[in-house]
Amino acid sequence: MSHHIIDFADVHFRYPDGTEALRGIRFRITHGESVGIVGANGAGKSTLLQHLNGCLLPTQGTVTIGDLALTARTRREIHKKVGIVFQNPDDQLFMPTVFDDVAFGPLNLGLDEARVRERVDTALAMVNGLSLRDKPPHHLSAGQKSAVAIASVMAMEPDILAMDEPAATLDPRSRRLLISLLKGFTHSKIIASHDLDLILDVCRRCIVIGEGRVVADGPSEEILTKRELLEANNLELPLSLQKR
Amino acid sequence: MHMADALLSPAVGTTLWAGSVAVGGYASKKLGSRLDDRLIPLMGVLGAFIFASQMINFTIPGTGSSGHLGGGMILAILLGSHAAFLVMASVLIVQALFFADGGLLALGCNVWNLGFYPCFLVYPLIYKPWVGDGKNPGRILVASVVSVVAALQLGAFSVVLETLASGKSELPFNAFVLLMQPIHLAIGIVEGVVTAGVIAYVHGARPELIESMTASRPLGPRVSFRKIMITFGICVIVTGGFLSWFASTHPDGLEWSIEKVTGKGELPEAEEGIAAVLKGIQQKTAFLPDYNFRPPESEPKTKEVSSDWPGIDSGTSTAGIVGGVIVLAMVGFIGAGIRFFRRGGPAR
Amino acid sequence: MTFDERYFAVGRLDRLSYGRSLIHRLDPRVKVVATLLFLITVISFPPHEIVALLPFFLFPVLLLTLGGIPAGFILRKIVFVSPFALTIGIFNPVLDTRTVTVIAGLPISAGWLSFLSILLKFVLTTGAALLLVATTSFPGICHALRRLGFPPLFVSQLLFLYRYLFVLAEEAMRMTRARDMRTFGRRGLGVAVFVRLVGVLFLRTVDRAERIYGAMLSRGFRGDIPMLRKFRISFGDLAFLAAATILLGAFKFYPVTEGIGRLAQGVWP
Repeated sequence: MSHHIIDFADVHFRYPDGTEALRGIRFRITHGESVGIVGANGAGKSTLLQHLNGCLLPTQGTVTIGDLALTARTRREIHKKVGIVFQNPDDQLFMPTVFDDVAFGPLNLGLDEARVRERVDTALAMVNGLSLRDKPPHHLSAGQKSAVAIASVMAMEPDILAMDEPAATLDPRSRRLLISLLKGFTHSKIIASHDLDLILDVCRRCIVIGEGRVVADGPSEEILTKRELLEANNLELPLSLQKR
Repeated sequence: MHMADALLSPAVGTTLWAGSVAVGGYASKKLGSRLDDRLIPLMGVLGAFIFASQMINFTIPGTGSSGHLGGGMILAILLGSHAAFLVMASVLIVQALFFADGGLLALGCNVWNLGFYPCFLVYPLIYKPWVGDGKNPGRILVASVVSVVAALQLGAFSVVLETLASGKSELPFNAFVLLMQPIHLAIGIVEGVVTAGVIAYVHGARPELIESMTASRPLGPRVSFRKIMITFGICVIVTGGFLSWFASTHPDGLEWSIEKVTGKGELPEAEEGIAAVLKGIQQKTAFLPDYNFRPPESEPKTKEVSSDWPGIDSGTSTAGIVGGVIVLAMVGFIGAGIRFFRRGGPAR
Repeated sequence: MTFDERYFAVGRLDRLSYGRSLIHRLDPRVKVVATLLFLITVISFPPHEIVALLPFFLFPVLLLTLGGIPAGFILRKIVFVSPFALTIGIFNPVLDTRTVTVIAGLPISAGWLSFLSILLKFVLTTGAALLLVATTSFPGICHALRRLGFPPLFVSQLLFLYRYLFVLAEEAMRMTRARDMRTFGRRGLGVAVFVRLVGVLFLRTVDRAERIYGAMLSRGFRGDIPMLRKFRISFGDLAFLAAATILLGAFKFYPVTEGIGRLAQGVWP
């Protein structure tokens, strides 16, 4: 299915202050792949993710999502295909109650009331969050917030799911729940994280980014066992692979 | 210097509400017509920022007392008149509700005093012509201090006028002005310095930010400033006129009720309008037709007792005190009863 | 009150507002309208009125008890409110010394009466605002405002303000703590540090607004914030409004307190 393909062709991005965050990123992700993106702080992971749905537009090169090249004009169309869960759930949950927040996307898609309610319930059930429906986001714990943030993106029923550091604020049990949730999501998914165990668990493929370029790209089991490669990029072997 | 409900009369409160609503409606309309989408979250978050910054205090040099950021002027500089006015109104709404600062009827006054003056008078007439989009820190400093002082003086003076027009305070005009203006001169200077400091800091740290914010906002309000004033004028006339008509057909509450109580000063027979209707209803449904259980011969005495204060006599006040105690006891009893049932009842 | 106390008091008020009592379940529009009616009625009493104001305490007491709101908490908030009304009111006893009546041998001046009246009105009006927000969630109040004709743009940004109030207050609290931890004596608490602190907070806030905007766009935002919540005014809501109006009218137009007082005097002369 061509509409789940993500293609980055020589993507460059420079921030207005002159920082060059991406310097020629190239990769192609096909339908159903699960890809982890790892790299040191400031390597360009978050910038890369923001290119997936046009929060940022490349200063050079092209990003293609499905059969659409990402431009200011196709941005809205692409928002429907790619759901991004941002790093800080407080920024993601901007509506006054959980229900309103999860309903925000479906309502913008122009669905009728019954469909919207159905989608909200399905998405919240997916993250075990039905009981949070009427709460305001600032009454939630960090784990609950990130669960609702995921639900709010899932309610859009995206073809591709992208997440930026999804487990950073979670306690071990919430992290475990998140991992099983992610394993259940069968469409393409891209996860940027320092949590290499999570990547190893969830993603079959792994891309290492360093200084705005792709440093390595291959199966997670292979990449995440190369000690030198990882250490050169301020990373270390996943805990589960370290000898105690 | 939030105006408070307790000092307001309904006429003054509703008139200023009407004025603030008119300006708010105008600002929303103006913003809505050429709004950059990103302004909505920005406005909301900046409102929250004003709160958060008000929670951080600092020590005013030389005095040891603490001050904080007011908000109206800094918002106007960053967001422009229209958006700033709406954000300031929102900040005041939240303050009125969560902090009970001022109160809900006084909200109209407070939005007018703390929002209208900085955003629609001082910013376009003083700050903007003076500083424009310039970055000269000295000029920003002087303009900020002058602007904040001017806005606060206008606001404080309005508080005086609103309070006096409401007639709940006995303070004479001169004393009130002498009390309010100097305090707000001092507050204004400190707040102006702080405002200038923050603006200059932002200019230094992220110069592109203020430019992009200024670019995304609509043009200044100068063109239709007259329109605002006209709208406000009409609102004042309409509400003021309506209320004074209401008030004139309805004699002043205190005297009215006392006249009823003491049986003196019968209302003129040729009553019209609301008062007559109310009186009719009252007479039909009165559960204590005369409110007077004392023998009628005690009446002449009361006239002598209070010659300089017509209407209040000791008999009335005794009844008032006795009644007051009973009423409060009843209210307390009702409360305790409900609490008791809620605790014991199956609802819990 | 210190920063933390203020913040937690607001937080507590906010938590209370999500209760599920009888009062909480009323339509927010009805509560907003009833509160405004209450305020106008209380305020409409003349400067020296005292006894006629007493029956109005029934309303806050009903809201407190039926809404399950802790009375002590609301009272404390009223006491800590900015005392502008009282500062101005306290001049009345000094300025107006005409003796109105003598109670138990003590001459009572008109100024004290009007000050007491301001005090009662202050407690009633402040209490009404606090109780409105303690029994109605803020989003509910915003919905009411939107339904009562406030512009959608205004209501939307008001909701954003509420949503990020706590997030930013906590950020400010963390920054102040960091400052205070490294501040000794009065140094560091001055204007220079404050300005930089607020400047940093401002920059973070603008960046946050940018991220929020990005998140909104990702979920199809096109300039309008859709909301799905149809409040229907039920019979109970109307009954509440009607009862409130009738009681308010009765307390306004009948001297209830004096009536009861005279009745009592009649029974036990």
